[in-house]
Amino acid sequence: MEKEELKKIIYQLVEKSTGKKKLKQSDILKKVAADQGIDKSEVKAALRELMDAGELIFTYFGGSFVEIPPKE
Amino acid sequence: MSMKHQTPLLDELEKGTFPSFVKEIKRAAEHSDYAQDLLGLLELSYKEKVTHWKHGGIVGVRGYGAGVIGRYSDIPDQFPGVAHFHTVRVNQPSGFFYTTKALREICEVWDKYGSGLTNMHGSTGDIILLGTKTENLEPIFAELSSKGWDLGGSGSAVRTPSCCLGAARCEWANIDAMSITNEITQHYQDEMHRPAFPYKFKFKVAGCAVDCIASIARADMSIIGTWRGDIRIDQGEVKNYAQGGMDIQKEIVDMCPTECISWDGSEFKIDNEDCSRCMHCIAKMTKALRPGTEKGATILLGSKAPIVTGALMSWVIVPFMKMEPPYTELFELVDKIWEWWDEYGKNRERIGELIERLSFTTFLKEVGLKPQPAMVKEPRRDPFFFWSEEDIEK
Repeated sequence: MEKEELKKIIYQLVEKSTGKKKLKQSDILKKVAADQGIDKSEVKAALRELMDAGELIFTYFGGSFVEIPPKE
Repeated sequence: MSMKHQTPLLDELEKGTFPSFVKEIKRAAEHSDYAQDLLGLLELSYKEKVTHWKHGGIVGVRGYGAGVIGRYSDIPDQFPGVAHFHTVRVNQPSGFFYTTKALREICEVWDKYGSGLTNMHGSTGDIILLGTKTENLEPIFAELSSKGWDLGGSGSAVRTPSCCLGAARCEWANIDAMSITNEITQHYQDEMHRPAFPYKFKFKVAGCAVDCIASIARADMSIIGTWRGDIRIDQGEVKNYAQGGMDIQKEIVDMCPTECISWDGSEFKIDNEDCSRCMHCIAKMTKALRPGTEKGATILLGSKAPIVTGALMSWVIVPFMKMEPPYTELFELVDKIWEWWDEYGKNRERIGELIERLSFTTFLKEVGLKPQPAMVKEPRRDPFFFWSEEDIEK
């Protein structure tokens, strides 16, 4: 699977759950890997690129979560 | 420089013979607005008996989910200097060895961007840099990185692994604690910087069972140096200890937890079959006793401080593992443990708590470890031994 496509799927998953459920990194890895039939390490690499680009961020509220950064 | 705030309550803590944190904050306040307002805010907290700190959720450096702990004042208008007062965790070198140049580098960065206050070291082990603004985080990270430093762990991540001085300065080290710690840190960089777990995971490496860093009580995974085979005895040196005034019966024989030592005044004997390798006798008679020649580590799992539920001590999961680079056996075991924890752990549940909830037998089965007599939960309690009602009646 193309990494750009994978990044889009991850972003959409986080976007869809915003305001409903905070996702942990492991939730994303498990779900995307199972849905797309790929290895968790592939998802992890794509997620890391999203983090490095600042499209997604880690937040901490009694646990660490992946979220879309707040708009200024 | 005159003080911005009056601090009669804090001033009391400067009295006495011990060094005072108030004195240090006041010294920092001579050139730092952060420290000036920190004194004011702290004085108010002492007066009102309530904290004025809020925990911050979204703060960090790009790409990382760990290493910065957000902290905000709930009365920023009153104390603007500490409106933001974030903590930066810096990954410490194994064994806490620094050159003076390295310490100056850290201090220069912190004087430039932060409060100038540090905490050497935090309970996890990291260098703790106390108090900076959100906009300074990226420049701090950039400067530290350019000098070869990296951030430590925080949140639901692998926390910065730490160890004792090990073979670098200690005659009792059975493993190279510093090398192992460094390898773990390098190997699990991703897990340290990008929180991927139900909760925190701490590694601590102790060179021997004396466990100066208390890894057995403070780490999710404790790696403690040990040996296989017989303790080496120099009978001549034992006699020297006796002639030098040591009461071997009282100080060594009677203190042996498994009662496996005997001394008749001329010969010192150890029943190595029963020895639990606690290191007491070796640590007391360094010249006369030495560990066996086949060195390795005991791996323990599950300790934690009482934050969510009560405190736990680590359990032995591998009585003996050879610890040689590239430590493949250790990493394979850790990966299996994490996989199980990730699958079944609830949010904010430490590995030890998960084992308590689902049972040690389940853990062993899932991770592929064989039950062994050394895996006692606590002295005189064996998790594999179950009494039936009939047995109790007898």
